[in-house]
Amino acid sequence: MSTFEPGMFVPAPGRGRLGRMLLVQARTEATLALRHGEQVLLTLLIPLALLVGMTLVHVVALPEPRVNSVTPSVFALAVMSSAFTGQAIALGFDRRYGVVKRLAATAIPRWLLVAGRLLAALIVVVLQLVVLGAVALALGWSPTLGGIAWTALLALLGTLAFGALGVLLGGSLRAEIVLAVANIVWFALLLAGGIVVPLSALPSGLAAVVQFLPSGALAESLRAVLATGAAPGVQPVLVLLFWCVAGAGLAARTTRLT
Amino acid sequence: MSRIETPVPDGLGCRAVTTHPDAPVVEVSGLVKRYGSTVAVNGLDLRVERGTVLALLGPNGAGKTTTVEVCEGFLRPDAGSVRVLGLDPVREGAQLRARIGVMPQGGGAYPGVRAGEMLRLVASCAANPLDPAWLLDVLGLAGAHRTPYKRLSGGQQQRLSLACALVGRPELVFLDEPTAGMDPQARRLVWELVTALRGDGVSVVLTTHLMDEAETLADQVVIVDHGRVVAGGSPQQLTCGSDGEQQLRFRARSGLDTSLLVSALPEGCTVDEVGPGSYLVGGRVDPQVISTVTAWCAQQGVLAEEMRVAKRSLEDVFLELTGRELRS
Repeated sequence: MSTFEPGMFVPAPGRGRLGRMLLVQARTEATLALRHGEQVLLTLLIPLALLVGMTLVHVVALPEPRVNSVTPSVFALAVMSSAFTGQAIALGFDRRYGVVKRLAATAIPRWLLVAGRLLAALIVVVLQLVVLGAVALALGWSPTLGGIAWTALLALLGTLAFGALGVLLGGSLRAEIVLAVANIVWFALLLAGGIVVPLSALPSGLAAVVQFLPSGALAESLRAVLATGAAPGVQPVLVLLFWCVAGAGLAARTTRLT
Repeated sequence: MSRIETPVPDGLGCRAVTTHPDAPVVEVSGLVKRYGSTVAVNGLDLRVERGTVLALLGPNGAGKTTTVEVCEGFLRPDAGSVRVLGLDPVREGAQLRARIGVMPQGGGAYPGVRAGEMLRLVASCAANPLDPAWLLDVLGLAGAHRTPYKRLSGGQQQRLSLACALVGRPELVFLDEPTAGMDPQARRLVWELVTALRGDGVSVVLTTHLMDEAETLADQVVIVDHGRVVAGGSPQQLTCGSDGEQQLRFRARSGLDTSLLVSALPEGCTVDEVGPGSYLVGGRVDPQVISTVTAWCAQQGVLAEEMRVAKRSLEDVFLELTGRELRS
């Protein structure tokens, strides 16, 4: 006696709706990122520790209220952690485990595989910024509405720029190498890439370079819009746009399924 | 691109693309695929008729997976022509993948994803998917909906991978070693499933190095070695040897005079006592031959014991063609 009755598998193929594919993929990957302990450490716990620590512990000299200087740095760090480091490592291992090939074997168009990952990163970034923003408010952070609106736009741009670079890294090298490089780059940009140390406090030679890095452009413009509530400068926006396009363009050529 | 991005409302729209109902679903000729200096596939021909099951049988490294991945559009052939459902898998890959189901070798899922989440994700890519919960249940994964992939057993992971291949109601499925790592119960389930797919008009291409799997499931078996087809045909054709030649063996009292039997049998048949009391009738064995032999035994007043038409097993054929030495 067979388990299967006639007619169960009569063919009716076809591609699903693109919007639904995108949403289900993004939701699945965002859920997985939030369920993964090391990812949560990287994307939420470390930025939270820095936010609370740098606000309450007076190791580095900062203008009062300290939380107003710390919050934009921590926001930039949160974006970089999720969209770049977390994304690159996840993609590196998803390729290793055959996930990317598995999905590529369905009716999902290739561009949607990347779009789904970027949307997942964006969902995580939004959650991060809401949690970090709430904690910052509790610590006395006093942003303007205009500052928050510009922050949303810059966070979107930053997520896309770092996300494209994360896909570029995670999609081209072996998983272990991706893991090492993504962490080293994260640490280097955190310390010397304009994230915790503002451009004005970096050696001038380094600052000249860092302003063109996505980390420098994002952190500096976040500091500016949250301090003044006014629109960001043109340069950091162009720098972020450049990294979006350059990262995505390169990734489209180098990304491999396995 | 714009053409393939148009959402297809239902399966009918898609099936209308099919060129001809009698056209083969897979047509490969002269396929060559190299990796650096290694030739993985070396002039391979393949033809799969609609609604049939084809088994690619071969030792490790024979080129089975490479051939399948070329058909799925994952690899670009170095030479030869490949048509799957009338489409070019490389140039028209997006159209093709909306119509086929793929079970890659070794599965493929996020380590932390729950079985149900993974299947729903793959189902979301299809226009008319099967119900993921139902499919998990019929594949014996009812208790595993919420189990993370990495905690599923090897056989459960394989069944989830199979579910992912089928959930989109494909008209053609590629199963790369579908029963690897499965216990006998799970393997039997997969065999029943492949039979059910065939019954519902789904064409199946599977790779295996299990002889009994190929022999049980396949309408056509293609034996591949060193990237070439070394033999092909139905399991019966392959095991019957040349010209449908078979052997009839029986045991009886030793020392019987077989000359009368030889003269009663059709021309070309031979009778030998290959061991004391062990008789072998060679040639084209049909029911008439068997009847002649039993009639002759009755005349001799002997009882033929252990009478059987001995086929070569597929394993014999396989080892004969691919050699007996161990492959890495």
